[in-house]
Amino acid sequence: MDERELHIFLDIVSHYFESQTGKLPELGSPYLGERSALPIYDFTGVIGISGQRQGCVYFTARRDLLRQLLLHVGESDVSDKNLGDLVGEVANIISGNARRHFGPDFMISVPVVVEGTAKSIQVPSTVKAYILPLRWHKMVASLVVSLQ
Amino acid sequence: MSIKLMIVDDSNIIRSKITRTLGEHHMEVVATAANGEEAVAQFARTKPDLVTMDITMPRMDGIECIRALRRINSKVLILVVSALADKATAIQALKEGAQGFLCKPFSETDLTEAMDELLGGTSNG
Repeated sequence: MDERELHIFLDIVSHYFESQTGKLPELGSPYLGERSALPIYDFTGVIGISGQRQGCVYFTARRDLLRQLLLHVGESDVSDKNLGDLVGEVANIISGNARRHFGPDFMISVPVVVEGTAKSIQVPSTVKAYILPLRWHKMVASLVVSLQ
Repeated sequence: MSIKLMIVDDSNIIRSKITRTLGEHHMEVVATAANGEEAVAQFARTKPDLVTMDITMPRMDGIECIRALRRINSKVLILVVSALADKATAIQALKEGAQGFLCKPFSETDLTEAMDELLGGTSNG
């Protein structure tokens, strides 16, 4: 991954929040993460990437952010089931939109949703993981991109 | 007379959003499905006029589902609603028999405009 590719993901995340809520997220500086210390919040949506590029993309967020985001997209049912559904859909949209730049050989899986912070997310051991932190209405989330 | 709609998407939130938006535009949701297999199973029974179709779904994806629905009814209108934003996917979906393509994330206006285009400007009633 290079800086240009990181910016692709930053732009997609920004566009998602702006288009769905009318408010851009505050993006932190991306950084290289240690595999043992990757951010995992209350709900995480993981997309496996295969094809020309291999690895994974995951979006992880705190419950409060997802609840507010659900309400912004017009969904009044803020049950855990819908919070999980939303985090998976955000990961799906970010990864799917990236195909505009990476092309159709950037194959994405259906989202796998992980609930709770106790479990770790397995990213490829041989590939660097970049963490893109963000805040939206002072609530935190991160996008993690680990691509060969 | 309302247009009969089937919504195919593995996200409950997306299905709800489409139901809310198009329910206000003279469309009756006659079926929802979370994957292509469910959609094929419900299609013949509910006979929708129009289908919104996700692409990335478990068990049977949207492209395969479009092929299957086309074999049952060659005239049904299909709007693909997908996060896959590359041109190749849109072209493939259209070749397989979809009539429109809407990229996620979408607003309510994006959706009703796409429907208007598909229906020749009739979805606002």
